[in-house]
Amino acid sequence: MRTSRATRTTRSRRAVVLVTTVLSATALLATGCSSSGSSSDKAADPNEKITLTVGDFGTFGFKEAGLFDAYTALHPNITVKENTTTQEADYWTAVQTHLAAGSGLDDIQALEVGRIALATSDALSGSFQDLSKAPGIKKDDYLPWKWQQATTASGKTIGLGTDVGPMAVCYRQDLFQAAGLPSDPAAVSALWAGDWAKYVEVGKQFQAKAAKGTFFMDSATGLFNATVSSSTEQYYKNGKLNYKDSASVKTAWDLAMKADAAGSSQGLKEFDPTWQTAFTQSTFATTICPSWQQANIEKYSGPANAGKWNVAQAPAAGNWGGSFLSVPSSGKHVAAAQDLVAWLSAPEQQAKVFQKVGNIPSNQNAYALPGVTDFKNPYIGPNAPTGQIFSTAAKAIKPAETGPKAGDLQTAFSNGILLVEQNGKSAGDAWNETVKQIDSTIQ
Amino acid sequence: MATSITARGSDPGSATPDRPHPVPPKDERRQAWRSRLYRWDTKGSPYAFVSPFFLVFAAFGLFPLLYTGWLSLHQVSLYNVDQAKWVGLKNYTDLFTGPPSHFFWNALGNTFTLGILSTVPQLMIAIGLAHLLNYKLRASSFFRTALLAPYATSVAAATLVFALIFSPESGMANWFLGLFGVDPVAWEAGEWTSQLAISLIVTWRWTGYNALIFLAAMQAVPGDLYEAAALDGASRWKQFLHVTVPALRPTILFTVVVSTIGATQLFGEPFLFGGQSGHQGGTAHQYETLGVFMYDQGFRNSMLGRASAIAWTMFALLLLIGLVNALIARRLRKSQ
Repeated sequence: MRTSRATRTTRSRRAVVLVTTVLSATALLATGCSSSGSSSDKAADPNEKITLTVGDFGTFGFKEAGLFDAYTALHPNITVKENTTTQEADYWTAVQTHLAAGSGLDDIQALEVGRIALATSDALSGSFQDLSKAPGIKKDDYLPWKWQQATTASGKTIGLGTDVGPMAVCYRQDLFQAAGLPSDPAAVSALWAGDWAKYVEVGKQFQAKAAKGTFFMDSATGLFNATVSSSTEQYYKNGKLNYKDSASVKTAWDLAMKADAAGSSQGLKEFDPTWQTAFTQSTFATTICPSWQQANIEKYSGPANAGKWNVAQAPAAGNWGGSFLSVPSSGKHVAAAQDLVAWLSAPEQQAKVFQKVGNIPSNQNAYALPGVTDFKNPYIGPNAPTGQIFSTAAKAIKPAETGPKAGDLQTAFSNGILLVEQNGKSAGDAWNETVKQIDSTIQ
Repeated sequence: MATSITARGSDPGSATPDRPHPVPPKDERRQAWRSRLYRWDTKGSPYAFVSPFFLVFAAFGLFPLLYTGWLSLHQVSLYNVDQAKWVGLKNYTDLFTGPPSHFFWNALGNTFTLGILSTVPQLMIAIGLAHLLNYKLRASSFFRTALLAPYATSVAAATLVFALIFSPESGMANWFLGLFGVDPVAWEAGEWTSQLAISLIVTWRWTGYNALIFLAAMQAVPGDLYEAAALDGASRWKQFLHVTVPALRPTILFTVVVSTIGATQLFGEPFLFGGQSGHQGGTAHQYETLGVFMYDQGFRNSMLGRASAIAWTMFALLLLIGLVNALIARRLRKSQ
């Protein structure tokens, strides 16, 4: 009896100790959380040391052009950190999830043009700051259609254009020479001037004389995108999906099928590792070249192919890609982030990015800077008037209606063309599969 | 143990009615309080100790499960989860007969074929390897550790390397086939070739893991059984068939179930293997599994309701697999 009572008391004491420990631990945790929470709510101090994070994808060129370091030199209390994802689709998936969760976003988030219609829709636009009201940002500085794309129906501008994607065609002059075609940019531009169908015809000529294992184009998906992108009527009409009746989609599809039937496309999946290695191995002679593509060409072709690439005007002016910088409202340093966005989008900064990685400015004032129009790319056609070709194309772009699913449709059609190029399906089957795919994503 | 403690704890309680004093002295009151505390302690503490698991499970397992079930009955976009529209069973009927049904049945079929293609060879190789490692070997611990190396590799790294090996233009697989005069194969584009390639990644990653499980079980098989078999003149192959395999039956069943569940949830390998079109399991959906399909619908097309319906269908499928497993296990136990 005595012993059992003794055990009982130790037991109950143990219980008390346990309960106290648990309670105090919980209290500690709770206070720990609340104290860290309250410190972040402090009012912004202009000299407070802060880190701004910039989320983007592919090559934005800010870091490459030394802009983040330059900004820190101007604002010693601010450090800028870039979070880059290689593939835009992966990047966007993460951004979407963070937007839905309302947390995990960077102070500045880049948005690709294919997503901008969705970002400006009622569903998402509430999550972003209105940059048209931010200090130091003027609407008239930007290409009007570019500004319009990032503006909601109610007049709120959620993104500033970083670059636009005026298209050219990049080609391998050595392979052109070997196939008996002219290799000078002006002469090559003249070969297909005015019509993407001519580009396909040149492809046939090339293929007739090309060495075994080399192709005229990397993929017919590039041709498809280029053709749709140079039309004012794309996937949407009057706010509704109209891809089945869109003339440009039909033309683009038929051209892609023609190019494939002629065997002038290598049928690669763009941006995939196999596509990247094909640059190194010099297996194709042309690729559709929106200005941002220059960075990819240099990266994947490597030093061994320096001087072999050149750039010619595209058959028709069009825009493929180009991005925006947005400031999510959930960020801790919204004002500082807006300042950084305004600074990054100023003409001088955009010109520096252009010279470093080839992204063509969206700020019109940058076109007047000598560094842009006179620019020649040391890697791609050192003597080609690169800056002139791209800025002429940029000014010639006609605005096209876009919509929330534009990015997804572009992916769906690219996959549809690959069904023919890689999976050996007939053009009709591939079209039906693509329609089925698109229909299944609309609710 | 628990019962004896309770009995002891209830001891002073049963004694109280006999006491004549209406108000017990202070000392006794404290005594009663202590004994009550003690009773709470003995009864409550085990629950307190196991509660963290169940709380975490409730927050991260049960709640998402129920919430997903609720979402699956709504049309809801990823961006506005608050604005869900009730649609009843439409998401399910859509899956089975509506516009996405084509892709759903395709994904279900692919999950099944990929499951067979990866699970069967993986377990057969694993049991063979384990059998070899069970013999006296020099540097046996080296081989055992080496077996686990693929399992320790990240899915992403392994898949990207395999994607390069199976690259149609410059891949090692086609180079190797080329040595025998075989034409280059478009591994990723073909239906069977791509599934073979993916199941190879899965097999490569999981064989060692299963082999170690088999090895552990084999070492529990009494050595005299083998000695007796050897005395009877049984070859090593015969020993394997008639001693090892029967003794391993429960372990084999366990690995089959675990691998089947893994195969049903297959996601990372096909997703990454496809590169740009990985989110839909290849341009022609040729290796789209249920996991990939769910991701594509939920996070690429932002249709959370439909994705939830897929999740619940997968859950039901896994329950079915569990049931079949339980039936087989019972049969096995009876037959022994």
